[in-house]
Amino acid sequence: MLAAQSITKTFGGNHAVNEVSFVIEEGTITGLIGPNGAGKTTLFNCLAGLFPPSSGSLSLGGERIDGLSPDRIFAKGLARTFQIPRPFPEMTVLENVMVAPLRQRGERFWANWLTPGRVAAEERRLAEAARHWIDFVGLSRLTHQPARVLSGGQRKLLELARVLVAEPRLILLDEPGAGVNPTLLDAIVDRIVTLNRQGVTFLIIEHNMDLVMNLCSPIMVMAQGRLLMTGTAQEVRGDPRVIEAYLGGAVA
Amino acid sequence: MPDLIGLLSYGTFFLVFATIFALVVLGLNLQWGFTGLFNVGVAGFVAIGAYTSALITAPDYPDQLGGLGLPIPLGWLGAMATSGIAAFIIGVAALRLRHDYLAIATFGVAVTLQLVALNAKGLTGGPFGLQFIPKPFAEVIDDNLAWNVTYLAVAAALLGLSYVALERLVRSPWGRVLRAIREDETAAESLGKRAFRFRLQAFVIGCMLMGLGGALYAHFVGYIAPEDFLPILTFQLWTMLIVGGSGNNRGAILGAFVVWALWTLSGNALREIVPSEYQARAATLQVVLIGLLLMLILLLRPRGLLGEETVVSRHMRDEAADTAEE
Repeated sequence: MLAAQSITKTFGGNHAVNEVSFVIEEGTITGLIGPNGAGKTTLFNCLAGLFPPSSGSLSLGGERIDGLSPDRIFAKGLARTFQIPRPFPEMTVLENVMVAPLRQRGERFWANWLTPGRVAAEERRLAEAARHWIDFVGLSRLTHQPARVLSGGQRKLLELARVLVAEPRLILLDEPGAGVNPTLLDAIVDRIVTLNRQGVTFLIIEHNMDLVMNLCSPIMVMAQGRLLMTGTAQEVRGDPRVIEAYLGGAVA
Repeated sequence: MPDLIGLLSYGTFFLVFATIFALVVLGLNLQWGFTGLFNVGVAGFVAIGAYTSALITAPDYPDQLGGLGLPIPLGWLGAMATSGIAAFIIGVAALRLRHDYLAIATFGVAVTLQLVALNAKGLTGGPFGLQFIPKPFAEVIDDNLAWNVTYLAVAAALLGLSYVALERLVRSPWGRVLRAIREDETAAESLGKRAFRFRLQAFVIGCMLMGLGGALYAHFVGYIAPEDFLPILTFQLWTMLIVGGSGNNRGAILGAFVVWALWTLSGNALREIVPSEYQARAATLQVVLIGLLLMLILLLRPRGLLGEETVVSRHMRDEAADTAEE
């Protein structure tokens, strides 16, 4: 589904991501782990178009997407959440989610004057879809609250609902478990599994090893900008290179 | 015996100005209140509107371009068009800038425009400005007060129309995207919104209202000069928006009336109190006073007199209200 070929991203002389190639198969939940500074989030930002890769190519479902802007990549069905959630704080949970659907008729300003009836009908449909996904992530109670009152974990769920309403094919989750209490984390994992069964592909950055080992297959390991290995939980656990990457060679 | 007619005349005079300012502040509110565009060149876009409408409608000026003598409505439409086109060109160049950088760029544009107005004699009449700008209905309405009231009605109608049109926009999916961009542009782009296009649209529409405001000013006063469009005007308009309530169209209108009232009253008070030889210097106290008001509002009521309302969509207002009552 997503193929990366020799993705490199340099900042000055620093190779944050260095010649990374991989393929994400449709229908998988792929994990991406690695020590801090390994280049995981930078890789995410390259995939999602936040900044273009310095070199290398990306394709989504056979179509080149490297160099496209984030909005175009989102429109092609690749959505992402942020490591530190970025809700629209002054807007309600419902509004936050209703922003996301693509190609809304009422986003063209003249349509609101010329065909208000059709915009209204579409708004009702969108609101219904938004409520469905807000309910899905368990935030219904907060539907009309401004997003700024949400806790860190709730913000992660809001971001999830916000991308889900646009029905993406592939979702990149950046540390969905960070700073989330265990109950809420179970809820998030449960939702990811449900969606995956419905055909959504995931790529997940996560530091919670239990979560990664149980949820993800395959797992990709990055260290110092390079892709160290890709394998099952078993293979990753048994690989000395992975242990060295995390412990800096102290064990060897 | 109080001069009732004089008072009434003064009152309408005051209201016409407040209405024109309100129209401009509505435009600024679309840019700053809803989209987060830091436009510090408001006076420049007001000036473009004023000069354009004057040049289209005034009788032929000797020794310079313009004075086409066309009907006044054409002048007003032309004012909006020219301000819009200028906003589009400036927007394409400058809107990629964020926050303070956009502020510096727009401020520079406004100062440049003012200097052009001052020096391009062949187009703007130079320091003396443009005179003989026609007053609508002046040939049918002789009485000064009646004319002021008529003009007030026209300006108020345009303000009302703009208010209704804007309310429809900001409570629509289009307005929702604007607010998302204001809150977090990166997040909005990651959700498929082409932020630049929305910013440009909001900037152009806002500047068209500023241009219309400039045109209304020109035809009310009858003459314009470069010193009518100094940066202090931008400062006043911004204060109106912040005092009234950024992100709320009714707040923007309220702010225009409140700040203009304080400005006018303080001006009168200073003229009464201060001995005549110090009056020119005392006038600057007005600016200090407005600055003080701005600081007080920011400290005591940072969201302005009327804060932003949370409205999901104008199509679902009732439902949100129901839930709030639960």
